[in-house]
Amino acid sequence: MKLKDFIVTEAIVSELKASDRDGAIRELVQSLAKVGAITDTAAEEVVAALVNREQNGSTGFGKGVAVPHVKHPKVKKMVGTIGRSVVGLDFAALDHQPVFSVVLLLSPENQPQQHLQAMNIVFSNLQKDMFRRFLKQAATQQAISDLLDEADQGK
Amino acid sequence: MPKASKEIVVSNSLGLHARPAMQFVDLANQFASKIMVYKGGDEPVEADGKSVMQMIILAATQGTPLRIEAEGDDADDAVKKLADLFESKFGEE
Repeated sequence: MKLKDFIVTEAIVSELKASDRDGAIRELVQSLAKVGAITDTAAEEVVAALVNREQNGSTGFGKGVAVPHVKHPKVKKMVGTIGRSVVGLDFAALDHQPVFSVVLLLSPENQPQQHLQAMNIVFSNLQKDMFRRFLKQAATQQAISDLLDEADQGK
Repeated sequence: MPKASKEIVVSNSLGLHARPAMQFVDLANQFASKIMVYKGGDEPVEADGKSVMQMIILAATQGTPLRIEAEGDDADDAVKKLADLFESKFGEE
């Protein structure tokens, strides 16, 4: 599996307007709805589920990245997007550091293998110092998209 | 340093997703021992049992065999309790 198999390029937000966790999650879900990756009616429910998931345990796994994710019956196909925060977001991260890169993943129910594969490819890249550094600095949707393409090509 | 290891199989239906991975790491961090988790197969992967990211990268689905290894004074206890956590299916189905 590749990042671009589920990351919707047009929904990438290169500079999040929101300065808090829930606002950033809402902004990214609405960005996915805007390009038709999920339905408008699903969006609010998905936001609520993602926020609820964060409250039960932060997906800010450290090193300035967070991976909010949820399985939801109104999500028909696995989709994801990326948001970049310039100011840094409080995700109640495990290392108590602000989050600059948010990778948001929505999965349908009953597809646990696909979900684990997507998390695998996301974290395999987020583990790399260079990938995290470039992602933090990539200032446009195109720059982030190019970074994902390079990662998918194993560069 | 005392060592211990145990083979387990992922038994919960959702596999080792983020929440169980964090549960595992929380428990692993209660031990002084170094904890490693190995996945065999065509593409072997090893993960630091105290790193959530590395545990998620295992992408261990239901039915995946894993080996838990510990090295340190509390290695025996660590391996037993961590294996029990898999046995409990992390409170899932």
